[in-house]
Amino acid sequence: MLAWLARRLALATVTYAVVTVVLFFLMRATPGDPLQRLDDDRPMPPAERERLEAIFGLDQPPLVQFQRFLGGLVQGDLGTSIEFYPLKVRDVVASRVVPSLLLGTAVLLVNFTLGVWLGVFQARRRGKAVDRWLTRIALTGYAMPSFWLGLMLVALVAVEWRLLPAGGFTSPLLRADASFAERGLDVLRHLILPTLTLSVVTIAVTTRYQRTALIEVLRRDYVQAARARGLREARVVWRHAWRNALFPVLTLFGLWLPILVTGSVFVEEVFAWPGLGGLAATAIGSRDYPVLMATALLASGAVLLGGVLTDLAYVWLDPRTQSA
Amino acid sequence: MTGSLLATLARAWRNPSGRAGILMLAALALAALLAPALLPDPAAMNLELGPVAPSADHVFGTDRLGRDLLSRVAHGARVSLSVAGLAVTLSLSLGVSIGVVAGLAGGWVDTLLMRFVDALLAIPRLFILLLLLAVWDQVPLSALILIIGLTGWFVTARLVRGEVLRLRAEGFVEAATALGAGPLRTIFRHLVPNTLGVILVAATLGVGEVILLEAGVSFLGVGVRPPTPSWGGMVFDARSFNTSAPWMVFFPGAAIVITVLAMNLVSDALRAAFDPRSA
Repeated sequence: MLAWLARRLALATVTYAVVTVVLFFLMRATPGDPLQRLDDDRPMPPAERERLEAIFGLDQPPLVQFQRFLGGLVQGDLGTSIEFYPLKVRDVVASRVVPSLLLGTAVLLVNFTLGVWLGVFQARRRGKAVDRWLTRIALTGYAMPSFWLGLMLVALVAVEWRLLPAGGFTSPLLRADASFAERGLDVLRHLILPTLTLSVVTIAVTTRYQRTALIEVLRRDYVQAARARGLREARVVWRHAWRNALFPVLTLFGLWLPILVTGSVFVEEVFAWPGLGGLAATAIGSRDYPVLMATALLASGAVLLGGVLTDLAYVWLDPRTQSA
Repeated sequence: MTGSLLATLARAWRNPSGRAGILMLAALALAALLAPALLPDPAAMNLELGPVAPSADHVFGTDRLGRDLLSRVAHGARVSLSVAGLAVTLSLSLGVSIGVVAGLAGGWVDTLLMRFVDALLAIPRLFILLLLLAVWDQVPLSALILIIGLTGWFVTARLVRGEVLRLRAEGFVEAATALGAGPLRTIFRHLVPNTLGVILVAATLGVGEVILLEAGVSFLGVGVRPPTPSWGGMVFDARSFNTSAPWMVFFPGAAIVITVLAMNLVSDALRAAFDPRSA
């Protein structure tokens, strides 16, 4: 098990190294340079441009830049943000972690409760009209651009009905002496619409996995045996079958990990949610390469870590897969 | 193979969801084809009119420049569908070629290619696109298609490689070679047709994914730019009118939902038709 884990982690590390190289050269290989945009309104004096190039290390040949980038990376230094100059990228990123985790956790909670329940519900009624229509509804949600759904929800729920805030993390009108509970409730109110949006566009995956897995298990002999012993259907499904059908859904966690880490670029942008996904959207708008790079590195790291965790779950729950 | 392919398509058509998807796609294609003949110029502005709500004159309403939204959404179908179609064709060609090469060559070529694919698959595609698109002030449509196409072959390459390995293990390549087929004939007459199921499913899923991605990058302001009507770009344009003129956001987005949903329905039906056990 340990040897397996070591091999798997080594593989992921090698992949991450390749990712780093690819990302750096993606950023450098394209025409134009990061400071170009600052020229938009009026041309920069050459002296000023040289000064800025020196600050961001753009006056060096690509290989030296890559060396510096790697050197900084191992020390956890990702350079200086262009948009939030003179803040360090590291500090800009760090300030966005908590909201991202909060949104990601909320979405995961919905997926693993409502999503799982719906999957079980559909599996028990497979082939019936209600099963087919729930699948179609979930697929419709899955086809929605999250930014569009978000904008529609803002127009309807926040502006038309005035039920919930349209965006942000906290209300600017909150009294300075508000209690902890009041503050928590305020953040919670801001959390509802982004969570709803992301859940609608992702839940189809969870329900589909759970539905397929449970249908598979419900066919097995031991489930028939449990029924034959006269157990109530709900007990057969939840106590006997579901436990064995939970496994594929748990492995989905690896797939969702990136959402937990970088949130959603579009949803955070639409709701002005101060997370890492929103940061990436801001960075693209202002062509803030160092920050964009940092978010891409984080997102890729999350994908790889998610893959390792998924494999780990497989091996842990079913040791036979270790050889694969 | 062609016979069984037709039979497979017929099976997909008999599936109600698959048929709904195919009909939705046919309607979209028709709208895209007929738009220039039947609808007003999508770029014709009427600044005095401004944004008006849907009415008999303008079924989808008009945007902030008084342009007819129905016409813009229909013309947007041309842009979105052709971007997606061309990009996916490029991705599939690359994916199939690289998958076949990796699967047939084996050894270090295979290992090297697949390690590289692993790394590319670890980077969320949106971030690759954003890094590549950020440098352009106004990305030309051809470059956008190229960039989206070049970032979409990784999964296909993996799937096709897997299929080739499976066919090889079944003695397929040996049999073809024994019958005197050269390498090219083996690839194009024997291997590729037998991976068609995987390829078709990947194609339909890919078109849906690319339409969402194109809309996404256009919404972030680095994709298709005005005056070219694209669905994502129209939502981007309409964003600040979200509350005062919600129809400007609603219709282009609804067009995206319908297209992507149709693609996913067709993809599901094809998968089930190719592999009846998985349904």
